Amino acid sequence: MPSLIDFRRRIRSVKNTQQITKAMKMVSAAKLRRAQERVIAARPYAQTMREMLANLTAAASSDDRAETSPWLAARESKRVDLIFLTSDTGLAGAFNSNLLKAAQKFAEEHAGKEITLTLVGRKGRDFFRKRNGKILSEHINVLNKPTYQDAAGIAKDVIRRYRDGETDGVYIINNDFKSVMSANLSVAQILPLQQSAASVESSSSDYIYEQSPLDMLEQLIPRLVEVSVFRAMLETVAAYQAARMTAMETASSNAKDVIETLTLHMNRVRQAAITKEIIEVVSGAAAAE
Amino acid sequence: MAELIQFQLVSPERMLVDERVSEVQIPAREGYIGVLPGHAPLLSELMDGGVLSYKAGSDERTLAVYGGFVEVQPGRVRVLADAAEFGSEIDTEKAKARLAAALRADGDDSGALLAEVARAQAALDAGGKR
Repeated sequence: MPSLIDFRRRIRSVKNTQQITKAMKMVSAAKLRRAQERVIAARPYAQTMREMLANLTAAASSDDRAETSPWLAARESKRVDLIFLTSDTGLAGAFNSNLLKAAQKFAEEHAGKEITLTLVGRKGRDFFRKRNGKILSEHINVLNKPTYQDAAGIAKDVIRRYRDGETDGVYIINNDFKSVMSANLSVAQILPLQQSAASVESSSSDYIYEQSPLDMLEQLIPRLVEVSVFRAMLETVAAYQAARMTAMETASSNAKDVIETLTLHMNRVRQAAITKEIIEVVSGAAAAE
Repeated sequence: MAELIQFQLVSPERMLVDERVSEVQIPAREGYIGVLPGHAPLLSELMDGGVLSYKAGSDERTLAVYGGFVEVQPGRVRVLADAAEFGSEIDTEKAKARLAAALRADGDDSGALLAEVARAQAALDAGGKR
């Protein structure tokens, strides 16, 4: 039977842990708010770009050179590039393990193709290093405060590979921020362009094009990859902070339960000790009579 | 009241301008374009570095814009900038240093070097203006 002092020690220790988890929760909540603001601030650009892209794709499809352009030409999908975003640190529940599962599923679905990885975040890198994945580049510690330059740097190699025909498709896997309680796993095909996006608007023929639509499209598509990476980074940060906040919330309430149980046990031990002492006094007195 | 255009300028990180304006000067790749209400629809790339200005009422504001695209639609102008900053936020001394560094810089990619010079020049031109 542990003594009173053992219980006191354990309760103190759990209380300390609880204070840390509570603090971590507060930090994540503050970071989450900032991350959310950035996700929202980045939306107008992505939206405008999608619309321009749709207009340009429609206009460029009538260009004779479209079929030979590396960006638009249809090609057989033999090799794919995957940009995979995880967090650098853990303590966020199932955040990363869900992503890793999705990446493995992706690999199974694309079995027989050569998958080249661009890894953002330490967890994903550690995972694929152990499994000997074919890694193009690794980016650690960029998710603290992602900038557009970071995203452009990450996308650069992938863009070049697609243009030069070293890869036939570009995909991004990441967690999108949906709500504080749940993250949305997103597996998105960036290149080749999805045709559905092209047929949205038809007013494009009325435009004056300063450059030929195809030339502009060839300028715009690399930016699309950059923007997609940037958006994925911002979403990952927001989703990660949300997951971490939830995990720390759970940890704090678990600690509270543990403290309650321990206190109950401690009181029992204390009660037993007191009872024992009283019995000793009473029986001592009775013997003296 | 004269007719106005809805002018939006967005960079990847945020929306910088969303206002009703009477006139916009845009640094398009082939040269500056002045957009007034009723302009024909147009799509163009932007210069690597250029100065954009717009008039909202009696207020005129200036930005340095570093590459991107512009789309003019009836009643609306949208600029998709790779990066942009307000003239009032530019540190002129830093811009001067940047231009000097860009002019001295050496490398194989002459296109990238020229673009950097254009960007630094634009920052310097727009710097200090409102």
